[in-house]
Amino acid sequence: MAIPEEFPISRRGLLAGGAVSVAAVSAAGSPDARAAVEKAPSRPPTARVAFHVNNTAHELELDTRTTLLDALREHLRLTGTKKGCDHGQCGACTVIVDGRRINSCLSLAVMHDGDKITTIEGLGLPGNLHPMQQAFVEHDGYQCGYCTPGQICSAVAVLEEIKAGIPSHVTADLSDPPSVTRPELRERMSGNICRCGAYSNIVDAIVDVAGVKA
Amino acid sequence: MKSFTYERVDTPAAATAAFARTPGARFIAGGTNLLDLMKLEIETPGHLIDVSRIGLDRIEPTSDGGIRIGAMVRNTDLAADAQIRRDYGLVSRALVAGASGQLRNKATTAGNLLQRTRCPYFYDTNQPCNKRKPGSGCAAIGGFSRIHAIVGASDACIATHPSDMAVAMQALDAAVETIDTAGKTRRIALADFYRAPANTPHLETVLAPGELITAVTLPKPVGGTHIYHKVRDRASYAFALISVGAVVQRDGRGHVAIGGVGYKPWRIKAADAELPRGAKAATAALLAGAKTTHENAYKLPLVERTLASVLAQAKG
Repeated sequence: MAIPEEFPISRRGLLAGGAVSVAAVSAAGSPDARAAVEKAPSRPPTARVAFHVNNTAHELELDTRTTLLDALREHLRLTGTKKGCDHGQCGACTVIVDGRRINSCLSLAVMHDGDKITTIEGLGLPGNLHPMQQAFVEHDGYQCGYCTPGQICSAVAVLEEIKAGIPSHVTADLSDPPSVTRPELRERMSGNICRCGAYSNIVDAIVDVAGVKA
Repeated sequence: MKSFTYERVDTPAAATAAFARTPGARFIAGGTNLLDLMKLEIETPGHLIDVSRIGLDRIEPTSDGGIRIGAMVRNTDLAADAQIRRDYGLVSRALVAGASGQLRNKATTAGNLLQRTRCPYFYDTNQPCNKRKPGSGCAAIGGFSRIHAIVGASDACIATHPSDMAVAMQALDAAVETIDTAGKTRRIALADFYRAPANTPHLETVLAPGELITAVTLPKPVGGTHIYHKVRDRASYAFALISVGAVVQRDGRGHVAIGGVGYKPWRIKAADAELPRGAKAATAALLAGAKTTHENAYKLPLVERTLASVLAQAKG
């Protein structure tokens, strides 16, 4: 990797892999690493965090600014989770933390100590797909596929939210438990934008997995 | 994003003590607004105090028959709480009208009150903004002002408060409980919580530096029909152009607060008194002295018509 002399630690270099940034901390004995650290204008503060991702324990020393999204993608190489807007507007980065879907771009990794995180890779992999992944394939719930991991993580959590009785904007009566209907699914999935406009097929896929006539 | 140091605390007292040690720090809980603003370097704290695990995550009765909502209760949990749905349906309705499922899973009750304006000039760091950079001017005045305030604004700022939940809380006479860096607690009526922009639009609440919200309280249930009607550019996942939060009794009396029109949820007690006479009379009292631009003048009739719709719906 060619790094210009005057930028001993580039952002790109740091982001090129968790191994690099972790090594820069732990391998202070290596002359190269020490030289790089000394030349840097000031090292950004770091913090340690330990969490489980897809049932695997990880411990990382991260620049405190690292979002959960960047920790997953750039440090753990779980690139299924996508960076769309990076501002919580598109939902491409949706992952499930302790059973709840969140925008991983709007959450600091260091705030997730002890958490159990599920990404699209943890739902299912080729050859062993989660029913929601299978349904998205069968119903063509995507075109380009970029928003799909977020859509699927969101959809899995949406069905759990309905099961748990969490109301939505279109739930007619707050005293009745919500049910799986197309209007409920469309409303609850509104935090996941699909630029290709595969929405109707996405709803078909979710309805299929829910096993209801909606 | 500017770099920052980070610490996690276990108790409210530890949080305010940490602030006292590190002036310029910010508390972070859900982080869905703060982190967004930090990425844009609109917020540049040098130290973050993580208050997401200090407890304050319960919803419990108060001694006067009301309810106390812990500052850290997530928006999803508050909207879904059985007692909130039964007795304070307006709060549930307002919450589920806002943001997305993902954001509501993270966002907290206190953070919701403290979220900052969605004025595009506040977000655009190339533009002057007295709220972001005191004294730099206001690009919204004379700019694109379709979403901006029509009441309570000043020559320095015409931003609106974006919260839906706060509109419901205001209609229900909520109060905010806090603890300060000296360990002193106080209770602030939500009506007195937000500061008018005047010449200091960067000062948005009456909270002192390091003062932490511990709970939001609601008085005992008032019954009636609870309706939150939000008008927005999309059917879902968009901020309000205007919103009406109302509790209407059978005899036509009630409480109403309006969102999307000012720096805080807009509630005028005199307008409540006009509710039995209808939307026109109540809106006239609510928006008396409104100052509009050619781009946001539509909000005046929109509030009246939305309120008329709400009152008709309440009659059943």
